[in-house]
Amino acid sequence: MMLAVDPSKKISFNRCIGDGDLVIVYERHDNMKAVKVCENSVLQNRFGVFKHSDWIGKPFGSKVLSNKGGFVYLLAPTPELWTLVLSHRTQILYIADISFVIMYLEIVPGCLVLESGTGSGSLTTSLARAVAPTGHVYTFDFHEQRAVSAREDFERTGLSSLVTVGVRDIQGEGFPDDFCGKADSVFLDLPQPWLAIPSAGKMLKQDGILCSFSPCIEQVQRSCETLRANFTDVRTFEVLLRMYEVREGKMENSQAEESVPTGSHRCKRRQRSSEGGNGMEISSSPTVMARPSSESRGHTGYLTFARLIRLS
Amino acid sequence: MLQNNKHEEDSNQNPRVTWEGCSVLLDINDGDRLVFARLTAASSLKIGNKNCLLQPLIGCPFGSLFQVENGKEGPFLSPLSIIEGDNVEEKGDCQIKDECKDNRGLVDNNTAQSLTGEDIDEMRRQGATGDKIVQALIANSATFEKKTSFSQEKYRLKKQKKYAPKVLLRRPFTRSICETYFKKYPARIGFLRVDSLSLLLSMANVSAHSDVLLVDMVGGILTGAVAERLGGTGFVCNTYLGVTPYPVDIVRMFNFSSETCRRIVRCSLTDLCSTQNETSVQIGQAGDAIGSQSNEEKSPLCSESMDGTALSSEHGMLDLMPETSTSPVTKACKTPKAGEKASQEAINLWKENGFSSLVIATPDADAWTVVKELLPLLSFSAPFAIYHQYVQPLATCMHNLQLGKMAVGLQISEPWLREYQVLPSRTHPQMQMSSFGGYILSGTRICSDDQPQLK
Repeated sequence: MMLAVDPSKKISFNRCIGDGDLVIVYERHDNMKAVKVCENSVLQNRFGVFKHSDWIGKPFGSKVLSNKGGFVYLLAPTPELWTLVLSHRTQILYIADISFVIMYLEIVPGCLVLESGTGSGSLTTSLARAVAPTGHVYTFDFHEQRAVSAREDFERTGLSSLVTVGVRDIQGEGFPDDFCGKADSVFLDLPQPWLAIPSAGKMLKQDGILCSFSPCIEQVQRSCETLRANFTDVRTFEVLLRMYEVREGKMENSQAEESVPTGSHRCKRRQRSSEGGNGMEISSSPTVMARPSSESRGHTGYLTFARLIRLS
Repeated sequence: MLQNNKHEEDSNQNPRVTWEGCSVLLDINDGDRLVFARLTAASSLKIGNKNCLLQPLIGCPFGSLFQVENGKEGPFLSPLSIIEGDNVEEKGDCQIKDECKDNRGLVDNNTAQSLTGEDIDEMRRQGATGDKIVQALIANSATFEKKTSFSQEKYRLKKQKKYAPKVLLRRPFTRSICETYFKKYPARIGFLRVDSLSLLLSMANVSAHSDVLLVDMVGGILTGAVAERLGGTGFVCNTYLGVTPYPVDIVRMFNFSSETCRRIVRCSLTDLCSTQNETSVQIGQAGDAIGSQSNEEKSPLCSESMDGTALSSEHGMLDLMPETSTSPVTKACKTPKAGEKASQEAINLWKENGFSSLVIATPDADAWTVVKELLPLLSFSAPFAIYHQYVQPLATCMHNLQLGKMAVGLQISEPWLREYQVLPSRTHPQMQMSSFGGYILSGTRICSDDQPQLK
């Protein structure tokens, strides 16, 4: 269970791992896997063989050992961890875009949200968290098999009561009429979003917000032209994350300072340390340093938001 | 397939129409000016050089647009009707017909406009609407026809803003409140940009029914954002170093229900940690058989400090019901006050079970100093997110967490946000952008047998 829909079943806390639970097996920050705990089952990886039966009864967050003494951590699933382990049936949305979408769509508990397409369900999982415990996400994909897999995933993550997956070509047919004027927010991730925008407008409550995610600027251009008819406050963003590497290093070296061409940063340090009268200490003390990672995601997509005009 | 959800109930909790006493965000002239206001019969707002009563805004749906009109008894706010398909912005969508006009004919000698200030005042006295004045200005501009359609539109907009200002009624949500502060008073929210704030909420897995431990030294924007996500479930526990809670005034800008306000509480770090000595011993020894022995040894100390806290927060129980608050500064305001002292019952529960998330935004405190105290209060496998304007304190903090094997999935990230102008044939990134939104350290607390003792 990823979310506490029922307050009596709080996701907390020191809750122990039980048979049938979904756990995230953490090897490294870039190597995780979702596993359903099954008493007679084992997990095999490069660290050895892990018996699930050893896991049952341990608190989430525990370190568990393999037959060879290797170890992994067992974490409770969250939408963020799920995004890192889910099986990619399509290109997915990542945390920076997801977080921004939820905030900009003003999604709060109790909201009714429409989404198309469902894709791999990465965003859907976070939408479900945001509308819980009383709201609902209706998500549509025209791909039958993808919808089936998504439903299975929401079953696995315990989100079925918050998410309904429908099979429908939203670009061609629009959203079902049942939702007319009922949606607080609509999210579109479609190749031709402008085809779905008129229908999305009908579904939204007045002053409700739409978001369209498109990788290409030409798609944004056309969407914005369509949006201008019935929407206001049309804004397009790009959001990215830069990651940092942290390491401890020994910087050489205060004794040789006079001869080494120094940057301004070092000069300052030297001044400060000589004021204190212990220039020697600097040379041996290790420093924790941070720098941006050399490679990162350079583009995901453009996020266009618009608010349905209130007609009066 | 529409399930029978209690959406009527939700719309009461999250109303789309204003009421007397509600907090609103007023967007004047398309974001030129953003003002928070409380709607009362007497409240007014200065727009340009005119004072307008806000009374006409009471009972209107959010999203309504108003225009300042000149009435007999002075200027007033009048609802602006929008007819379907006649979007105001559509006028701005000027067609690009291979335009051959350019700025060769424009001379900056200030003689293009033949209407004088006196002429305009005279029009006003005769009750001309703002739109009429704008039309007159255009008709009397010698250069208007020579401008490109794009700059014609720019001219029209400039004059409209001055002579017929528009006021858009917006719901105060985390998004709009954070954006407004970031634009107007970024220092008051520790330069926390809206995308950074959204990341903090995700990374800390803030969700319904969770108990979120916060250190909010950013004016209350964080407290409000977390409370908004909890929607009247769970708890927001605001903790603070020392004896004075940090101000969280921004919480008042949200139109929180009394239930939501009741679930925003505060508790000093001393009170939260009063039995922390035992807890960390327990953690150090993984709470197994060996641990229990040492627990017993320490138990006298434990009960002593428990008594201490029970005493000190006895009145905290009373404070739980905001209505019964006997505080001398009780205001006429009906909204229950957010941020009452946490009940001892709640504190005990948190000590026993741990918090489900931790979010820290302390521009003026060292990250590691705070984290090393607070992390043990989290339950195992609970995620945390720490915001700081400087990367160094976070790097040190991350390094120490790694050394202490206290957390996994540690990552420092810096969000980057760029807005675009999207117009026919004129799409490009905006000329101005915020180039810095802070750093975030995130991770997940783990339970490890070989956890070394903290310094």
